[in-house]
Amino acid sequence: MSDTAFRPSACPACSAGAAAEDMAARAPLPDARLLLSVPGAHCAACIANIERDLAKMEGVNSARLNLTLKRLSVDAAPDIEVSDIIARLERLGYEAHEMDASSLSMTATERQGRDLLMRVGVSGFAMMNVMLLSVAVWAGAEGPTRDLFHLVSALIAIPTVAFAGQPFFRNAWKALRAGRMDMDAPISFAIILTLFISLYESLLSGEHAYFEAVVMLIFFLLVGRYLDFRARAAARSAAQELAALEVPRATRLLDGQEQAVNVAELAVGDVVLVRPGGRVPVDGVVVQGQSEIDRSLLTGETLPVFATLGHALSAGEVNLTGPLQVQVAAAGKDSSLHRMADLVANAESARMRYTTIAERAAAAYAPTIPILSLAAFIVWYWISGGDLRLSMNIAVASLIITCPCALGLAVPAVVTSASGKLFRKGLLIKDGSALERLAEVDTVILDKTGTLTMGTPVPTNLDQHPVDALQVALALAEASSHPLAVALARALQQRGIAPARLQELQEQSGYGVQGVWHGQTVRLGRADWVGATPRSVTAAYLTIGGASRAFTFADQLRPGAETVVQALKAQGKAVRLISGDVPGAVRDLAARLGIDDWQAGALPQDKASAIAALQAQGRKVLMVGDGLNDTVALSQADVSISPASALDAARAASDMVLLGRDLSPVADALRMSKTALRRIRENLWQSAIYNIIFVPIALFGFATPLWAAFVMSISSISVTLNALRLK
Amino acid sequence: MEVLAILIPASLFLGLLGLAAFVWTLRKGQYDDPEGDSQRILDPRYDDKPKPVSDEN
Repeated sequence: MSDTAFRPSACPACSAGAAAEDMAARAPLPDARLLLSVPGAHCAACIANIERDLAKMEGVNSARLNLTLKRLSVDAAPDIEVSDIIARLERLGYEAHEMDASSLSMTATERQGRDLLMRVGVSGFAMMNVMLLSVAVWAGAEGPTRDLFHLVSALIAIPTVAFAGQPFFRNAWKALRAGRMDMDAPISFAIILTLFISLYESLLSGEHAYFEAVVMLIFFLLVGRYLDFRARAAARSAAQELAALEVPRATRLLDGQEQAVNVAELAVGDVVLVRPGGRVPVDGVVVQGQSEIDRSLLTGETLPVFATLGHALSAGEVNLTGPLQVQVAAAGKDSSLHRMADLVANAESARMRYTTIAERAAAAYAPTIPILSLAAFIVWYWISGGDLRLSMNIAVASLIITCPCALGLAVPAVVTSASGKLFRKGLLIKDGSALERLAEVDTVILDKTGTLTMGTPVPTNLDQHPVDALQVALALAEASSHPLAVALARALQQRGIAPARLQELQEQSGYGVQGVWHGQTVRLGRADWVGATPRSVTAAYLTIGGASRAFTFADQLRPGAETVVQALKAQGKAVRLISGDVPGAVRDLAARLGIDDWQAGALPQDKASAIAALQAQGRKVLMVGDGLNDTVALSQADVSISPASALDAARAASDMVLLGRDLSPVADALRMSKTALRRIRENLWQSAIYNIIFVPIALFGFATPLWAAFVMSISSISVTLNALRLK
Repeated sequence: MEVLAILIPASLFLGLLGLAAFVWTLRKGQYDDPEGDSQRILDPRYDDKPKPVSDEN
């Protein structure tokens, strides 16, 4: 609806391991406010533990945990990093993720929410007071007493409508000026016309005034609007996020001189320097140096790729070990990263065209309101032989009774109830229409690295090695920033192994780390470099003197991965695994999880086109993925989910975000969406049935303000109760 | 019916009083974290006064 133009973010963010460079570029704020998502917090003890522990932390001024949003806000000195707080929370046993630093947009959302809530409150109080007076009139007040009560009602109702009705008037004006007809136009028309006719009737000592109906209509519609707002307050455009990933500056080498330039200024043929830990700014070819490249963000490959003279690199990859000189083949608009951003933008705009069931209902219903009441006016004018006042009264009565009080609540009440339940299970719904799209899903596509697996290698055979070998391995591993070395060092530190003392420690970029231990040369790295026979699994190799041994690694399965695949199959969904990783690794995982349908070595475009092919067959596809290579697929799919550990861009491209580590809420969401859609349909039918019964009564001229108030409250309460029935 | 002259202003005044109370609670951020507030009553640290809400949140 009209709120879509305003799409601030509230989705939890996390520090992507490779984005160290981005962190450095971010200038520290004078008085930093850090926001973290803490999905595991659920009780009074959690609040006390977290807040008490952080209060003791140096540099932290105050910490407050919001249990409703499961969000922790920390006021801290500028030198405090989010990662320090995350580490501290993890020691307490709470998983935490960094949230978007742009708290500015977050405050704007909250202000908008409060503004709506204020209007709900004002109209609620006005409704109660006007109703008090109206009940007296219905109970039999007559003559001057009735007129006095009507006038006092008018005194309350007119300022209330002027204040609380603004959201409808504003939207209606916007729609009319653009030449569209939406639900707000007939609503505003009904509100204003009814208010004026009622005032006119009261001044002429008329019998019926509809002040309480007007205020009640505004109150119930605002409640629906507020619920709707809360459900959709979290969305954001993915394409922008993806563009922000690009490195804005690069180091150009010109006649042996280093020169910092904007990426936009680079031309094809220029040579740029990419330091270890830096992100490759352009598509190009290595002309000097050797290193290992982490391509996991672009392709989903777990293992770093060796790169030396003549190897092609893509923008967005991360250089791990040695400095590289890269000759530019394509920069800026033509780079592969930019092409991906374009693909995402295209796919997103296609999905925007999805019309929700509420929008369809509103589009069908909106024109009937003014048409019905106009017809009533004309017919009664003709029947009564020109009694303007009588026909006007009947027209107003049918206008106010047809106004879609329950229709405004029917969908938001269900969506709020469902998303609240899923949030408590650890799933954040960013877009209200996602539930509807999810209910139609029959095919689920899963990504491997980072989605079904944790994306971090874990050593598997540490027990097969003697302690002195482990000590040497730890000393060597600590000297490197290679992912396998980091994983090895972490695992060994957790076992309480102390590093051996080594001399002449040095890293050979692209190969491994070397040192001298008790007069012997020791090496940790690639098989051919240390002189070992390579194995078929992921491994790092250690030689001490002449003897070599292998440390094997496996990617850890994400908790809930097995149950989710089983649950999806039990629900009769087709499950497919598509990964950019090598066939061996994908086949092993597919066999372990019982997935028959798998595809390996898929490029980002392959994933998206596989989904497009399924959609062309009429399938509705759910995509679950986390990497940059998944973003196009995530936007292409009918509905998408990403874990909180996913890259910003992937999370932004998804409709739902898993807050915890566990994958099992995905199955719950699918089940819940089915029930939610059924409740939405029931609610729409309910409000339609109320209209079918009461509109004829209004048209025949039997409707009184008491009838209008009765129908409105009964239908609104019944759709709300039906929504709360959701389990 | 003269009693109405007192009763109507009285009811309007009480209504406005309720509205003012609602506006105050909204401004104070009392609807920002209903779930957390219901748990915080179990913590003796907040027996005397609630944890202050920072204005931005």
